[in-house]
Amino acid sequence: MDKKQERELAGRMVEEIQRLAEGQGKLRFMEVCGTHTVSIFRAGIRQLLPENVELVSGPGCPVCVTADDYMDLAIAYAKREDVIITTFGDMLKVPGSRSSLGEAMAEGADIRIVYSPLDSLQVAKDNPGKKVVFLAVGFETTAPTAAATVLAAEQQGIGNLYLLSAQKLVPPALRMLLNDPEVHVDGFLLPGHVAVVTGTEVFDFLAEEYHMPGIVTGFEPLEILRSLCRLLQQKREGRAEVGNEYGSVVRKEGNPVSRRILEQVYEPVDANWRGIGRIEKSGLRMKEAYRQFDIRQVLPLAVASVQKKTACRCGEVLRGIVTPYDCPLFGKACVPTHAIGPCMVSVEGVCAAWYKYGSGRFTYGR
Amino acid sequence: MAGERITLAHGAGGKLSQELMQEVILPEFGNPLLNELHDGAAVQMSGKLAFTTDSYVVRPLFFAGGNIGKLAVCGTVNDLAMTGAVPRYISAGVILEEGFLLEDFRSIAHSMKEAAEEAGILIVTGDTKVVGKGQADGIFINTAGIGDILPDVHISPKNVKAGMKVLLSGYLGDHAATILAGRHQLELPDSIQTDCAPLAELVQSLLRAVPETAVLRDPTRGGLAAVLNEIAEASGVGILIDEEAIPVRPEVQGVCDILGFDPLYLANEGKVVAFVPEEKAELALQTMRNHKYGKDACIIGEATAEAAGQVGLRTGIGGIRVVDMPLGNLVPRIC
Amino acid sequence: MCLAVPAKVLEIKDSLAKVELSGVMRDVSLMLLPEAKIGDYVLVHAGFAMQVVEEKEVEEMNALFAEMNGAPRMVREAAEGGSGRLGQETRA
Repeated sequence: MDKKQERELAGRMVEEIQRLAEGQGKLRFMEVCGTHTVSIFRAGIRQLLPENVELVSGPGCPVCVTADDYMDLAIAYAKREDVIITTFGDMLKVPGSRSSLGEAMAEGADIRIVYSPLDSLQVAKDNPGKKVVFLAVGFETTAPTAAATVLAAEQQGIGNLYLLSAQKLVPPALRMLLNDPEVHVDGFLLPGHVAVVTGTEVFDFLAEEYHMPGIVTGFEPLEILRSLCRLLQQKREGRAEVGNEYGSVVRKEGNPVSRRILEQVYEPVDANWRGIGRIEKSGLRMKEAYRQFDIRQVLPLAVASVQKKTACRCGEVLRGIVTPYDCPLFGKACVPTHAIGPCMVSVEGVCAAWYKYGSGRFTYGR
Repeated sequence: MAGERITLAHGAGGKLSQELMQEVILPEFGNPLLNELHDGAAVQMSGKLAFTTDSYVVRPLFFAGGNIGKLAVCGTVNDLAMTGAVPRYISAGVILEEGFLLEDFRSIAHSMKEAAEEAGILIVTGDTKVVGKGQADGIFINTAGIGDILPDVHISPKNVKAGMKVLLSGYLGDHAATILAGRHQLELPDSIQTDCAPLAELVQSLLRAVPETAVLRDPTRGGLAAVLNEIAEASGVGILIDEEAIPVRPEVQGVCDILGFDPLYLANEGKVVAFVPEEKAELALQTMRNHKYGKDACIIGEATAEAAGQVGLRTGIGGIRVVDMPLGNLVPRIC
Repeated sequence: MCLAVPAKVLEIKDSLAKVELSGVMRDVSLMLLPEAKIGDYVLVHAGFAMQVVEEKEVEEMNALFAEMNGAPRMVREAAEGGSGRLGQETRA
């Protein structure tokens, strides 16, 4: 499709959205995934929507929801002479209760930014005298890549590679949102790349138990617009179904190999989400059989985290209860270069996106 | 000299320093002014001068289409050009790390010479220091340049008025994509190289054809986004650019898609952004396109009275979003 | 939350594939997608192939375009332009 056709089609879809939204009350749809948040802002989608259709961002930025105490632990490992940390780049700025990995790096800690968890294997091979610790954050999409890296290390007899897992699961977080009386959402744009791994069935409970529409969707602007049409149609007709608008890569059964590997290496555990708190069975911890790859088991460190009280409202922002503009810190004490709350931490965070792109209702020249 | 390495003695001012000068530096850079080997260069200038300096550190040192030496000369030449000056003289201060390969130094020096020749600038003074192993990253280069400002030219980021058109001299992000690909094990076809080039000639022909040009900037670190934001702020105008009008090579977009970057924030080393009055835009565009470094030039947007101080982008699907200042280092985003 | 891009498999050696996206090449692991074949488009995330991209996208976009032109489900006055002319290319 060329760009002209794309623009034309987008224009038609926007008209369709307007038509479907007409006469309906205020509707709030939540895009759960941080990559959706970025796509939506980058494409300027919010600005194209009718006034009564609102998009709110959910807790789907794994970097953002990584808790203080995890960061403190990661920093404590980083400061050890015998440890090399490998990590995705967006973790560097995430604040712990006292400092960040970026600051530890400036103080001389050996921290390497990797594109793939597999890159950690090479680091481990090149540094046999060190413990190489990969900071395993991410949801169902990313968790299998870290697990596969462990399996590869096992196969290749690499004994100095470890994970520090803060990996999380999306469905328990959605359930938490739906059980929260403060949260008002009329439908979900569901994370397409999570569904690539999990398949669509893990989201069926939305419709079955909560009568809540959900559409698994991709990340191109047209895919997002199309999914908004689908959600509006369901609302208009009073239906609640979980649909799949990302059929090119999302199958009902997901990716069976990834699912098997997840089960082989991890087990669910209660997990702490920054800004939200503890969610039952929403985290992944390494199974006993893989304890030799779990740095928490091999080299336990006790780290005391300092609990800070701030005026940060990220907990409410992550649940779509308030917008970033309602937070007294937003854009003042809390900015991307000096983030206080989780939503400002990563480029995919809600507050970071609002800071960068405005509320998205940017009425330039109109 | 294959395999020969720089030692601390090369920077100690003795015999080895002299050898470095005679065998590498003078053969590459030699010109009557430098050959004097005095403590400083005595040069003739007239009228209003432009003076600039920049330090160059880059990893990797050698990349497709260039190296740190070419970068160090072109960068300073381009900074002079952006002020509306004809580049005349440049200095080269080099800090080498002990153990650096002599032949690498020679090829870097050779690139500096070639770039200087092309830009019509003379390397008239310089300095070489050697620091111990681990105290530098191979080689650091500082250059400073001076040039004659063209008469009747008044370039300033404060000059932009609503209605003026924004021109970009070619494809965005080639330099950064080349460097980033190397850092993240991405393989690019040979056709994708740094765009590193001296722009003085292109700029001079533009200024001769359109002396009303309000401002010129080279979108290096921080990319197009940084440059446009600075201009919007300085001139108190809004700037609205059109995503579809901005030339980005598919491979560069590919690197961005894989690593999670936005081409608007990628560094360029051979591009110029120009603001010209609307009625001169076509002439400016044709003038740019007639030059080899401007053949892919485009009009990418305009300055507006609305949204003063802000930069907006009309997206491919017809939305508008804010383009803000970059926030710091580009690190790959995975989640 | 999860950046992933479609890329074409050019070569396969053991469990590593060389893939290409818009002329950019990288080695990715097939550990999570052993069934990938040369010529397939695969979705790549963090250095791993995660799923084979099906040509469905073409069909989906066609269907969508047809809908926008007045086909059932999103009934509206038939707009100008023909359906089916988007079928030549996909983003992948």
